[in-house]
Amino acid sequence: MNIGEKTIGGARPSGAASAGSGESVIEVTGLRRRYGTAGRRASAGKGFEAVRGIDFSVARGELFALLGTNGAGKTSTVELLEGLAPPTGGQVRVLGHDPFTERHRVRPRIGMMLQEGGFPAELTPAETLRMWAGCTSGARPVDEALSSVGLSRRRDVRVKQLSGGERRRLDLALALLGRPEVLFLDEPTTGLDTEARHETWQLVRELRDAGATIVLTTHYLEEAEELADRLAILHGGRIAQAGHVADVVAAHPSHISFELPAGFHLGDLPPLAELGVIGHETVGRTVRLRTDELQRTATGVLIWARDQGLELTGLDVRTASLEEAFLHIAKGLENA
Amino acid sequence: MSANTVAARAEERAPAGTGAGARLIALGRAELTLLVRNKTALFMTLVMPLTMAFAMKQAVSGMDLAGTGLSVGTVLLPATLGYVLLFAVYSNLTGAYAARREELVLKRLRTGELRDPEILAGTALPSVTMGLAQCALLVMLGGIVLDTGLPDAPHLLIAGVLIGMVMVVGLAAASSALAKSAESAQLVVLPITFLSLAGSGMVLPLDMLPDRFATVLGLLPLSPVMQLIRDGWIGGADAGETLKRLVIGLVWVGIAVFAVKRWFRWEPRR
Repeated sequence: MNIGEKTIGGARPSGAASAGSGESVIEVTGLRRRYGTAGRRASAGKGFEAVRGIDFSVARGELFALLGTNGAGKTSTVELLEGLAPPTGGQVRVLGHDPFTERHRVRPRIGMMLQEGGFPAELTPAETLRMWAGCTSGARPVDEALSSVGLSRRRDVRVKQLSGGERRRLDLALALLGRPEVLFLDEPTTGLDTEARHETWQLVRELRDAGATIVLTTHYLEEAEELADRLAILHGGRIAQAGHVADVVAAHPSHISFELPAGFHLGDLPPLAELGVIGHETVGRTVRLRTDELQRTATGVLIWARDQGLELTGLDVRTASLEEAFLHIAKGLENA
Repeated sequence: MSANTVAARAEERAPAGTGAGARLIALGRAELTLLVRNKTALFMTLVMPLTMAFAMKQAVSGMDLAGTGLSVGTVLLPATLGYVLLFAVYSNLTGAYAARREELVLKRLRTGELRDPEILAGTALPSVTMGLAQCALLVMLGGIVLDTGLPDAPHLLIAGVLIGMVMVVGLAAASSALAKSAESAQLVVLPITFLSLAGSGMVLPLDMLPDRFATVLGLLPLSPVMQLIRDGWIGGADAGETLKRLVIGLVWVGIAVFAVKRWFRWEPRR
């Protein structure tokens, strides 16, 4: 699977040079979405509010990830960005327009991939793409679209015979058919095996490098860490944290954990503050220390263990990662 | 990226937005492929109306048509066009809408540039086209085989067929809201199918029934359609009657459109 600048280029007339430049392609303010009330703008306290007032913007050429557990409001949010439903409150602007009321202005310039495909089982990928091409402004040739997602060999097989991964790639080919300026990918790798996931990541990276603006939802932390320039962590319909991936990670401590051998207590360790530990917890015999200075803490613990002649079992030294940040946020919000 | 390629791409993109006609044809073509690959649907479309007509021929031949101004041909041929509307278009399309919804095709189509009415129309395009072609063919063949001759009032026949087409497409979309799958769609279509067969003059012309009974049955959706089609040959009705039929037919078209707007579902119920 290889998409070069040549094949997907044209995602933006100005090329890749302005990636991340100031111009906002997507602007979201005070966005709300409520299910289960009759009125479109109903504000009564009935129904379920899946999106509870969120704000963010995405710059041209940026890859923005919406991260969250199932039910955090990712799909509900992205459907509003795609113009598939009107918000119950707040505002969305995509390429300067309301994607719901001005869909005819927005749709020809965006591409989207839903969580689940939606192809007639009895058509072939080539037939599916030909149909879609007839409904898409400035569509690329069908064979080029097929080869860009590595489906050339499968062009004439019925969709019902494609594997899950192949269907996802067909879906992506549809989303890319009109050389969209903005691409929405709703959990593009859910249900894929590891190899297919890595192939999809590669494809998304190439699209990003060619200058497309991409909004991606995922519940895989690894995926967001791997691909995103910036991300927002959704929890309970609100943005719990947002920013550049490195900043989000940096805002959270690293960890070292190990099992205390029988006969030893936490108090037997050197004073924790001297090790740079900012917090700790023990579960059974397992000790978990939080620190912003991982090397200092780890060195202190290991020297202490050597001096005591101890073999620490279950030793785990972990730099802050998005996963840590995510778990921390989820836990913090639950406790709140 | 050189200036040339930018210009070329700008040109390529220049037709900002595809035309509705192009979109309909693209979707209709895919639907035609699906129709051809679906043996049940193909049977319903091509074989069912004629089979019904053959089955009915014997019964109609035994009817006492004296004094009604009707002949075997002018009973049977309009009825066959009615079977086309019911089986080739209504039943077929109800199943197609239900299947596309369950396959999440409708949901996916809505993410593109197609507008909602275009999705419904494009899906209906092959059934409607084949239905119209069958009607034209039947009118010509029937004229020879059933000795009906060419219609005296073709405008009434055409009005009846066109109103009937739009109506059954609307009824199919509305009915499909009640179906969970293409299979259950075959049950969902039964009430309208039976009601139309029995009460809209597709077996017994309404002219042969007692007046009060005929008046009530005349209000069924396909009754005015069948009457207009039959009037095409026997030229019977006066202007007032014709107007009444047109109005009843169009009211049903309106009801069907309203039902689609109000109840049509684009995604499976989860």
